[in-house]
Amino acid sequence: MLKRTIPILILATSGAILVVAYFSPFTTNWSEVVLMWFNILAAVAYVLGAGNLLAVNLEKVSSRRAGWAYALITLVAFASMLTFGLFKIGGVPSEAHPDVPYAGDYESTQSAFGWVYEYMLSPLTATMFALLAFYVASAAFRAFRAKNLESILLLGTAFIILLAQTAAGMFLTGWIPADSVFAFLRFDSLRIAITEYIQTAGMRAITIGIAIGIAATSLRLILGVDRSYLSKQ
Amino acid sequence: MSVTMNTPTSGNRLLWISLMVFGMVGLSLNAFARKDGMAHGYVEVKEVERVQVTVVQSAGAGAASADAELKWVAPTDPKIASGEYTRVAGVAPRAWTVESLVPAKEAAMMMTARDAGDLTVERVEPSAINTFGIWIAAFLTLGIFSFLYRDNPWYKVAESVLIGVSAAYWMINAFWSTLVPNLFGALAPTLVRAVASPDLPVSSSPNSDFWLAVVPLILGFMLLWRLAPKGGWISIWPIAFIIGTTAGLKLVSGIEADLMAQAVATMQPLVVLNPADSATATASSFSFSAISFWGSIGSVVSVVGVLSVLTYFFFSLEHKGAVGKTARVGVWFLMITFGSAFGLTVMGRITLLAQRFEFLFTDWLNIG
Repeated sequence: MLKRTIPILILATSGAILVVAYFSPFTTNWSEVVLMWFNILAAVAYVLGAGNLLAVNLEKVSSRRAGWAYALITLVAFASMLTFGLFKIGGVPSEAHPDVPYAGDYESTQSAFGWVYEYMLSPLTATMFALLAFYVASAAFRAFRAKNLESILLLGTAFIILLAQTAAGMFLTGWIPADSVFAFLRFDSLRIAITEYIQTAGMRAITIGIAIGIAATSLRLILGVDRSYLSKQ
Repeated sequence: MSVTMNTPTSGNRLLWISLMVFGMVGLSLNAFARKDGMAHGYVEVKEVERVQVTVVQSAGAGAASADAELKWVAPTDPKIASGEYTRVAGVAPRAWTVESLVPAKEAAMMMTARDAGDLTVERVEPSAINTFGIWIAAFLTLGIFSFLYRDNPWYKVAESVLIGVSAAYWMINAFWSTLVPNLFGALAPTLVRAVASPDLPVSSSPNSDFWLAVVPLILGFMLLWRLAPKGGWISIWPIAFIIGTTAGLKLVSGIEADLMAQAVATMQPLVVLNPADSATATASSFSFSAISFWGSIGSVVSVVGVLSVLTYFFFSLEHKGAVGKTARVGVWFLMITFGSAFGLTVMGRITLLAQRFEFLFTDWLNIG
């Protein structure tokens, strides 16, 4: 009962309320309450994630497992950022309410939280993503082989899109007059044709497929047909 | 092969040590021997002063009573001079400075303009804490890039900092933007208004709001129970609620925004007219010259693409005969889509990479 029936009822009720609220204006405030609860629980989920991070790293430090010093750095970074953000250390007061102690913006440039974001989190995240440029290129170099028509299409399109966005693309086909019959052979024209018509069509069909899949899965969950989320409890 | 690459030979080690020494010497020369030096952080400084005033709002023309409202405004506010606001006696004015980051080149121009007597330009000052920040950012950026050589302690330090800082960042975001106004604001509105959110709206039904906030509070504690060594099943109730809400939201929004909107966007005229002729086109004024050749081709290609890819995704029919051929065309469309998406993704990453190099060369080394 507690482990199966009630969760199924909670899921069905919360899902059904949001579906009904879309069709009936009389139940809109129900959906507002459900969404407010959802947002609060999503925020609590961040606390859960942080708690899990703490538990894993504290265990690593206390048992002096391999790499415990890095776990300690993670813990110090986490605790510092948490303290900076919770107490708005170094932040400026709110211009409208300077008498209220924590009314100022927690992300202001002057605050310690804003400083860590500007000089640690932001560059680290950007560099991590930038690093992928090397790995994507390296993986593509090893994996892409023009073995059949499909792979030729994939490889050729990627080649055109990449060249079209560089000076090399302009250098190779820029001499074709833009108002001539052969203007469509210019890399910039090919890129526009590919992204506007073919890629849009492909992405549109993929989006439609995903939407149908999500709708079907959502219905299965709300109607209680899919109970896989209960299996690990 | 990988073992050879990951095990530094003595020659390899010598090369890296030489590079490190060369880098350190170059960095020192750049920092201390060059006139302009490197890594300068600047801030635009704005002085802010606020005084507390009383705003008198008459209840109506000739009304005997009036409600007084307290506000903080700038001492130069014209409403003080006009008598609409009255300074509250005995409350000291509050003054502080607000700093915002300014790129070095822009800061140099602003300082030159201000030195030349243009006081409309805000005051710009060198900032030690932000200069230190640029060094930290460069250290961490190079730490992440060092992974291109191989996994190493410098990279691991940067990675550990990223994990700790980002976990706390998202937690703090959730705390101030969701938990404080929606949860604590409903449970203890007076306290929240006095300490953190003075603009929290006053509810017409605080009791009902309180009890409505108790439910997610209890569900939140049940969710956190997952961290406890025993009774982890208790968290299934809030998880069921989260899944149910997501399913309800996605069921409606997925059909409306993705399925219907994309289907409608596909249902466009196959014959596309030139923009100049589209307003006046009628059956009697038909002419081939009014038709946009490439526009019509593009429209047909779009429709054929969507239908053929959807046919490829349709598994209730065996992909044989006409269905099989259409599905094969769908695969071609998908391959071009993936190739294009790949090219755009790589270009996006390369742009990010260029921005990181720009930071290192311009903001840090100051040689850009």
